[in-house]
Amino acid sequence: MSLIKLPELDGAGWTCASCDEPLVPMARELEYLDSKFTVELPTCPKCGYVLIPEEIAIGKMFRAEQLMEDK
Amino acid sequence: MEQKELRAWEARCVQEETVRCTAACPLHVDARTFCKLMAEGRMDKAWAVLAKVMPLPGVLARLCDGPCKAACVRKDAGGAVEVDGLERYCASAAKPVAPPRPLPARNKRVAVLGGHLAGLCAAWELARRGFEVTLRCVDPGGPLRDLPEAALPKGALDGEIESLARLGVTFEACAALTPALLDAELADKDAVFADGDAFPAIFDGCGLPDPLTLGTQRAGLFASAPGEPSAVLRAAAARRAANSVDRYLQGVSMVTARELEGPCATRHFTSLEGVAPVPPACPDGCPDEAAARAEAARCLQCQCLECLKGCAYLRHFKGYPKVYARQIYNNESIVRGTRTANKMINSCMICGQCEAVCPEDFSMADLCLDARRTLVARGQMPPSAHEFALRDMAFADGGRCVLARHAPGTGSSAYVFFPGCQLAASDPDGVAAAYADLRARLGDVGLMLQCCGAPAHWAARDAMADDAAAALRARWEGLGSPRIIAACPTCMQELARTLPGAEIVSHWSVLRTLGLPDGAAGGGSLAISDPCAARRAPVLRDDVRNLLSGLSVDAAEPRFTGETTPCCGFGGLLSEANPELGLAVARDRAQSMDRDWVTYCVMCRDMMARAGGRALHLYDLLFPRVEDPAGRPAPGYSERRENRVRLRERLLREVWNEAADHEAEPFEAVQAAFTEAAAQNMETRRILASDVRKVLLQAERSGKHLLRTETGRRVASFRPAVVTYWVEYEPADDGYLVHNAWSHRMRIKGGQP
Ligand SMILES: [Zn+2]
Repeated sequence: MSLIKLPELDGAGWTCASCDEPLVPMARELEYLDSKFTVELPTCPKCGYVLIPEEIAIGKMFRAEQLMEDK
Repeated sequence: MEQKELRAWEARCVQEETVRCTAACPLHVDARTFCKLMAEGRMDKAWAVLAKVMPLPGVLARLCDGPCKAACVRKDAGGAVEVDGLERYCASAAKPVAPPRPLPARNKRVAVLGGHLAGLCAAWELARRGFEVTLRCVDPGGPLRDLPEAALPKGALDGEIESLARLGVTFEACAALTPALLDAELADKDAVFADGDAFPAIFDGCGLPDPLTLGTQRAGLFASAPGEPSAVLRAAAARRAANSVDRYLQGVSMVTARELEGPCATRHFTSLEGVAPVPPACPDGCPDEAAARAEAARCLQCQCLECLKGCAYLRHFKGYPKVYARQIYNNESIVRGTRTANKMINSCMICGQCEAVCPEDFSMADLCLDARRTLVARGQMPPSAHEFALRDMAFADGGRCVLARHAPGTGSSAYVFFPGCQLAASDPDGVAAAYADLRARLGDVGLMLQCCGAPAHWAARDAMADDAAAALRARWEGLGSPRIIAACPTCMQELARTLPGAEIVSHWSVLRTLGLPDGAAGGGSLAISDPCAARRAPVLRDDVRNLLSGLSVDAAEPRFTGETTPCCGFGGLLSEANPELGLAVARDRAQSMDRDWVTYCVMCRDMMARAGGRALHLYDLLFPRVEDPAGRPAPGYSERRENRVRLRERLLREVWNEAADHEAEPFEAVQAAFTEAAAQNMETRRILASDVRKVLLQAERSGKHLLRTETGRRVASFRPAVVTYWVEYEPADDGYLVHNAWSHRMRIKGGQP
């Protein structure tokens, strides 16, 4: 499975509150219906908490979901 | 959908049927396209339309007497389009075109005896079909040469005789057409056509040819009957005979499937509604191009598309029902790939307007519901289409909203009031007032608060609908199966389906009998919007108009009303599956009249309010409570839920003297306030305040959240079931201030809350 990179998401400006760690891009697995993707997402390197920012959720991610629903 | 079913669906949509003029034309000239091009002044293109189907177009276009005019739809709006005059003008104004290229050679030889119009046309038709044609005649054209120059210029006739030669027709002159010549040609050729006008002697002793095949008693001899005055019918006979020669030489049936030759029937329909009568521009022939274009512009360019006129959904997907049926069929046959028709299938409002206006009763509702059922059965229904609405239905049918009671102090119910879950959600005070009025005037009226099951029906979730119907039935039977007083037309429709045998009356009928409640106030002029669920309920519609008249309301009828009323955009779950289109539908309706609306379905009211319109529900007049009810904003999703819950609690407390029996869940204790931006995003993104509270509780309990360093705001996520919710917030006095919320359906693997 190829890694999807979202260069605009480098995690800058975000920290994990409980670990006090800045978020860094890390490969994370997403799944919907019968599809799986590996996407580089801002993640806390210590506890693994992921950020899905608003613009991704309502943009690229939403469009991908809609496409998969029609597959 | 089986292919057989597709054909049955397709057959019900007449949009692609042959238009009336073309069907009536013995040669099936596409007069609609011809007129369109003429109106645009594209004479050469218009001529090409004629030349494509007419034999000897330079002759026939001038001799045609326009039999299509008897079938022209414009006939009843000023008079039929003068297509024959237009043909003559076009023949004089357009550049002549080369004859069509014949089909590949068939290696069969056919003789044509006689060169009057039918003979020339038959030679043309046979040569086009690839036969080797010999024309035997005394003088090609015969009496056509005696016509005045004004009717048929000699040059036009000679030009088409030249075209015959270019088509490959061999001319062999003869001194006379005789029985001996016929015998010789029948012996020499594979088939013979005789022009009955030029060679009437062939019928001596054997009678006229068979009208269907134009065959005679001699094998291989076909003939046109003599004496036909209409030129275009003589040409049609020549074509019929050429088709017969073709069948004869192929050895196939001479008689099957010939219904479409010559003038034929059609089911095409075009409405004259809204068409202003316009008299012919040049009834005695077109003197110049301007006159010809004006006359051609009178053509209505016939289309059916009746269903599109009142339905923004049908217009939105750029097709018409026949196209949609094909798309649904194709959608179902996709194994791997994208099912592009899903959105169209899930956007139908299941309202029945198209069926009411279609000349053939095409029902998109039935088509789309079947298609949805197939998607559900195959596990292919897009989860995001209906899940939110079905969650809402489950909530309305859940313990915090449901109530089924006899009136206080009574052990039985003659009636039960069923306001419907949306009325409870939008106007709980109206429901409370209505119930109090019914009890005061009718006595033992019980109450049922719950959903009627419409969302499950629209989502084609049959199992869910059956379960909900069974629960509803049990509650109703628990009350002794009383007569149901329903306030919502959709509930009435659903209850009639799920409780066959139940006696269901509308609240409006009851009020018509009881008289207006105390305090009811009306007056003024309002546009009335019938809900789509009242389409097949004339009594209901009449009751409402009667109440309005009792309220001194002058009710103005919009263009689409009563049986043809449109849906507000909520029906069929359109506003869930395709929110933008749902809102556009509501906006269309709201803007179609120049005054405030009154309706008797609260979803119609709320949809128009959401779209920026001003609308009243009948309860606003019957039980007035607020200032300017037409301007009341439609409550959002969370507020609707809270209204249902509070209505139940209030009625339990005030009517039955009982305390709320609900044990609050921990997330309900989370104190949250919402900025306007957050509230707006939550509404369009279908995120409930309860979902946000669940996120906040999860973050509070786990101590886990992210920080936006720039603003110091917190962001946390939680996935209670199938959607992950994100909330951006900050702590505030004794709780949280929510700045934003968003969601996605994809699951993040690996421990994300
Ligand atoms: Zn962390």
